[in-house]
Amino acid sequence: MDKNISFKLRYWRQNGPKDKGHFDEREMKDIPGDTSFLEMLDILNEELVSEGKEPFVFDHDCREGICGMCSLYINGTPHGKTASGATTCQLYMRRFKDGDVITVEPWRSAGFPVIKDCMVDRTAFDKIIQAGGYVTVRTGQPQDANAILIPKQDADEAMDCASCIGCGACVAACKNGSAMLFVSSKVSQLALLPQGRPEAARRAKAMIAKMDELGFGNCTNTRACEAVCPKCESISNIARLNREFIKAKLAD
Amino acid sequence: MWLCDSSIGRKVVMSVTGIALILFLTFHASMNLVALFSAEGYNMICEFLGANWYAVAATLGLAALVAIHIIYAFWLTIQNYRARGKDRYDVTDKPAKVEWASQNMLVLGIIVVLGMILHLWNFWYNMMFAELIGDPTLGGLEATNGYGYIVKTFSCPIYTGLYIIWLAAIWFHLTHGFWSAMQTLGWSGKVWFERWRCIGNAYTTILVLMFMAVALYFSFCGGRLCDAACDAPCETVCNTVCNGDCSTCDASCNAACGGCEVSACGACCQ
Repeated sequence: MDKNISFKLRYWRQNGPKDKGHFDEREMKDIPGDTSFLEMLDILNEELVSEGKEPFVFDHDCREGICGMCSLYINGTPHGKTASGATTCQLYMRRFKDGDVITVEPWRSAGFPVIKDCMVDRTAFDKIIQAGGYVTVRTGQPQDANAILIPKQDADEAMDCASCIGCGACVAACKNGSAMLFVSSKVSQLALLPQGRPEAARRAKAMIAKMDELGFGNCTNTRACEAVCPKCESISNIARLNREFIKAKLAD
Repeated sequence: MWLCDSSIGRKVVMSVTGIALILFLTFHASMNLVALFSAEGYNMICEFLGANWYAVAATLGLAALVAIHIIYAFWLTIQNYRARGKDRYDVTDKPAKVEWASQNMLVLGIIVVLGMILHLWNFWYNMMFAELIGDPTLGGLEATNGYGYIVKTFSCPIYTGLYIIWLAAIWFHLTHGFWSAMQTLGWSGKVWFERWRCIGNAYTTILVLMFMAVALYFSFCGGRLCDAACDAPCETVCNTVCNGDCSTCDASCNAACGGCEVSACGACCQ
């Protein structure tokens, strides 16, 4: 059992995208080290509610590190300094020290307007997927699993790409507000498999066009996205997307 | 046109113009090395690259590449600034694997451009431009006497310092630019990423060392004794030393000019 810690929490309050926003501060006392970061915020909200104050708003859902809903920028890092491959919900208070100052901010990017406090609107990612991040399904009986042979290496890599949960940490970390790591993972997961190839060119063009239209920035290969991705997506996906896109445009 | 309309297209333009400029730098650095071995050889190259139609055409092409690279750089930066949104993080913690150069390419680029303007003023203005406007002795020396201009420029320690800062900025700019260009063109992956980074670092380092060698050689080993007459061309020094008697002056003239040797000292020593 880890010991309890006390620290100062600075959390961002903002009433909607147009509001200026500010930090509220609170001394958190005797928080057990085994508390998850989101549970700590639950404790904060309990206190706020009992004092008749408005609770602090943040996104969360599964709290198992797989849904991609949590989105907090903690002490200068998206999802905080978690173990590799973990989201905010898998960040535990034992990673902080007694007397720390913990600053919680929302994802800051023009593509993700703040809804309230640290909850941001990530509908833009859904729109990018709608633009082409799928395989047009021919309904009917499923084929035998071995009807289309896929090298193990390709299948593994496609699976790695598909593990992107679309949390938006890449955009939050990028100084250009670029969504390239997300888009490239979503293009790659299909481009690597034979089922995805027939629509690969159309998909790359459509998803990039939508990404640009929604106001995400241009990738300048700083690798900040890769460094903070909770699912360890690689920028080699971005190279693949560039390849797919350039090939598609040259073929036009 | 996808090279303007799409984010990847714009980056492709940056990559292609960037690689072309790296190739130009390679040519320029190789040419400079000749100055370390032969003043006459170097001046022959300068004459070849004077106001001849092919050299002027190549210069215009080069200027276009630079202009496109800069215009796109500002265009991309403005778009990226907007995409970042108006709010900035209160606390930031840069991950260790993020290279400093990658986040400061525009600033580095601006330093490179300032250095380039200085360089054009020191050399191109006195050489190709002087020939183009029909005033071959615009800078005090013959327009084809590139060697003389090297000696003259690097005899001044302030210029040497500025050139070293300039070359350092180029090194940082290129170490990121090289692999970044390959990444943008899609010629990268988990294996090639490290390879390109290694090749890029080695290539850039060699390139910058080639430039640096010339700057340092002429700052510390060559042309030192010309200092006094720096503003006046070396001929003056030679004339003083040999009293205008060129047939006997070779040894003392070379000593006086500390390595300027024949071409820099002009007619006197020949």
